[in-house]
Amino acid sequence: MTKDDADRRLDGNAAGGLLAEVFRVEMTTVETACAGCGARAPVGELLRYGHEMGAILRCATCDTAVIRVARTRDRHWLDLRGARVLRLDGTPL
Amino acid sequence: MSEGFVSRAFRGRRRNPELEGRLPPGQYATPDFPVLSAGPTPRTPLDRWDFSLMGEVDGARRWSWQEFGALPSETVTRDIHCVTKWSKFDTTWRGVSVDTLLAGVETAADHVVAFCDGGYTTNLPLEDVTDGKAWIAYEYEGEALAPEHGGPARLLVPHLYFWKSAKWVRGLELVSEDRPGFWETLGYHNYGDPFQEQRYQGD
Ligand SMILES: [Zn+2]
Repeated sequence: MTKDDADRRLDGNAAGGLLAEVFRVEMTTVETACAGCGARAPVGELLRYGHEMGAILRCATCDTAVIRVARTRDRHWLDLRGARVLRLDGTPL
Repeated sequence: MSEGFVSRAFRGRRRNPELEGRLPPGQYATPDFPVLSAGPTPRTPLDRWDFSLMGEVDGARRWSWQEFGALPSETVTRDIHCVTKWSKFDTTWRGVSVDTLLAGVETAADHVVAFCDGGYTTNLPLEDVTDGKAWIAYEYEGEALAPEHGGPARLLVPHLYFWKSAKWVRGLELVSEDRPGFWETLGYHNYGDPFQEQRYQGD
């Protein structure tokens, strides 16, 4: 990890809006478990890359892409292969 | 006086590639070279770097950094087009033509998957990386390719959107069945011709 990378990436909070478009709930507090190493972290503490093409949210421990999400015209694409589980607290809408 | 006028006019034309149909639809020209990465910048030491040809080939091939640097290289100047809508004219690269790497290789494959440090992949038809259309580039504008732009080496396929020009490339896998890559599985177009504006699936 280099300073250049730190300058270019954001944290997962920066993907909160895009994820809320898909899930219709606040997502940055949702807890994830990384499929690569098992590390648990709220979405907001994942590392966000790929800013303009979509959000690539990586595990801060092992760099696995835990969540990948992109919006293309009127569609959303969501890849959760890197998430062993998502934990959404609270009462569903 | 007329000579000066002619040469100014000539330079003027050369400096307006947009007027020559070189700017694909929906793009804008920029002198900058924005960095867009899907992950952290890998820092593979050159003594542990190699480039592999694998998959449906008559025996895999592998070059160390030193061997790769000894292959015949080409210097090419091309326009590049990013799906995030910037285009950059007349970028100059040096690297090894994919034709050079595939010389003498027997394969029935129709597609290639470029694979990279950091796990990135992108897929292309074999015919789009042969016949002088693609390079493994290790210099940009006369300097060693910077890590943030894909160094030590990246795939360069300038006739397609630039996500196909995979940064930190480590090899090509030749495959019979097309296998969509990192962005191609997340809604981006499987082929990505900027002049057809093939940004997303369905375009
Ligand atoms: Zn992890």
